Amino acid sequence: MCGIVGLFLKDPKLEPKLGEMLTDMLITMTDRGPDSAGIAIYGRPEKGKAKLTVQSANPDADFASLADDLGKAVAGKVTGTVKDTHMVLEVPEDRLEAARHALKTLRPAAKVMSAGEGIEIYKEVGLPKDVAARFEVARMSGTHGIGHTRMATESAVTTMGAHPFSTGSDQCLVHNGSLSNHNSVRRVLRQAGMSFETENDTEVAAAFISHKLQEGAKLGEAMEATLTDLDGFFTFVVGTKNGFGVVRDPIACKPAVMAETDQYVAFGSEYRAMVNLPGIDAARVWEPEPATVYFWER
Amino acid sequence: MQTFDLEAQGLRQLNEKLHALKGQTNETAWEIVNPKGAHAIAVGLDAPVDVTVRGSTGYYCAGMNKQATVRVKGSAGPGVAENMMSGTVIIDGDASQYAGATGRGGLLVIKGNASSRCGISMKGIDIVVHGNIGHMSAFMAQSGNMVVLGDAGEALGDSLYEARLFVRGSVKSLGADCIEKEMRPEHIAILADLLKRGEADHLAKPEEFKRYGSARKLYTFNIDNASSY
Repeated sequence: MCGIVGLFLKDPKLEPKLGEMLTDMLITMTDRGPDSAGIAIYGRPEKGKAKLTVQSANPDADFASLADDLGKAVAGKVTGTVKDTHMVLEVPEDRLEAARHALKTLRPAAKVMSAGEGIEIYKEVGLPKDVAARFEVARMSGTHGIGHTRMATESAVTTMGAHPFSTGSDQCLVHNGSLSNHNSVRRVLRQAGMSFETENDTEVAAAFISHKLQEGAKLGEAMEATLTDLDGFFTFVVGTKNGFGVVRDPIACKPAVMAETDQYVAFGSEYRAMVNLPGIDAARVWEPEPATVYFWER
Repeated sequence: MQTFDLEAQGLRQLNEKLHALKGQTNETAWEIVNPKGAHAIAVGLDAPVDVTVRGSTGYYCAGMNKQATVRVKGSAGPGVAENMMSGTVIIDGDASQYAGATGRGGLLVIKGNASSRCGISMKGIDIVVHGNIGHMSAFMAQSGNMVVLGDAGEALGDSLYEARLFVRGSVKSLGADCIEKEMRPEHIAILADLLKRGEADHLAKPEEFKRYGSARKLYTFNIDNASSY
């Protein structure tokens, strides 16, 4: 099954409540996937700064002096905030790639969850309510965000197998469904220079879109290409720095509901996920059409 | 009128109360408030009662319905009125996937649009959709009538048996073995009755519809195809 939620805010007044609203939506979807949960939150980018979210199984040891160590390695100011097993490192924008590279030698066991100007990804094994509480997601503000609760089918129940998957700067993707040609697509993408952390099918979809964007495709075009090149069942929700998009495979057996008001665009695997959003009773609610790309950008 | 607050009292209590209604009862009118998209609302009813749901529902609302009239004053999630036996289910908004699937009797009215696989494997139910229906609708439909005032998506009536399909708008494509058939007086009569009962007689006239049915080549033995069986 799996459950997906997404929220794109049009009204800046709601931004301080983004984390709270997304948490409520995600917890409602718990029975669609109790294995693991994850959330991607996009904050307003700060000029000249970028964020690197890393995860470690040994946060005490790995995170203790990480900000200082990274700062020295990239010769720039690095600050960090630890949240449970994750740490968000703020680095100068022009040092982001260097920091990511340095991390590999400084903390080989630490995993990069996301990198970019606005994105932070938190994901762990466990129930949505527990995962959201560990990372205090409800206290986070932001412009848009995506959440996922997983019922694993294709690969192991691990932190790295949880969604969202991020395979490009400020990009992420969550998935309900399963892909049948992910091994062959992964091979092609590896030859094209993309790297993979897992054997997971969804990571391939994320990398497929990132690769298209690298090649110069627009978000809508990259999502359109999933309809011809990826085989299997999918409802994808994709996040970028400026917006989010939705696409369902032509058979469209994985559920999806959307709602739009003057204040927001919301996505839910089920309508249930959206019932507590402000003004939902007056919202335009619809089911996204099969094989049709929807996206909103600011 | 019995009013039931689903959020406060819970789904199990609701369905237990509704299942306890058998035969003749004084509690013939029910109102369910705060449905909030919950699953399995008013499933398995078997009494001549009238149930109104004030809001949108999740999966399988009014599934396996017998005798009862269930009205949803909102939209319905996947599998509404699945395997209905008799009675009436009326959705004011849209219905998600496989509305009325495998239904054996009764009437399902959807005043908005229905999405994919509407009436899949229907076995005697009548379905009236005021809007459009999605792809693969009436797949392997065996008997009953489907009336669509709007358009039909891809592969309408694929592998159809003996259900009658009436579509007023366009059909994106017909499924295997589904063909357009002539409208005879008896079909006009069936349609007129269904439009009336489906609260759609003010919206469309029977003469505006086309009829689709089975070419009967797929489900009957054909000696020329012996090698492929």
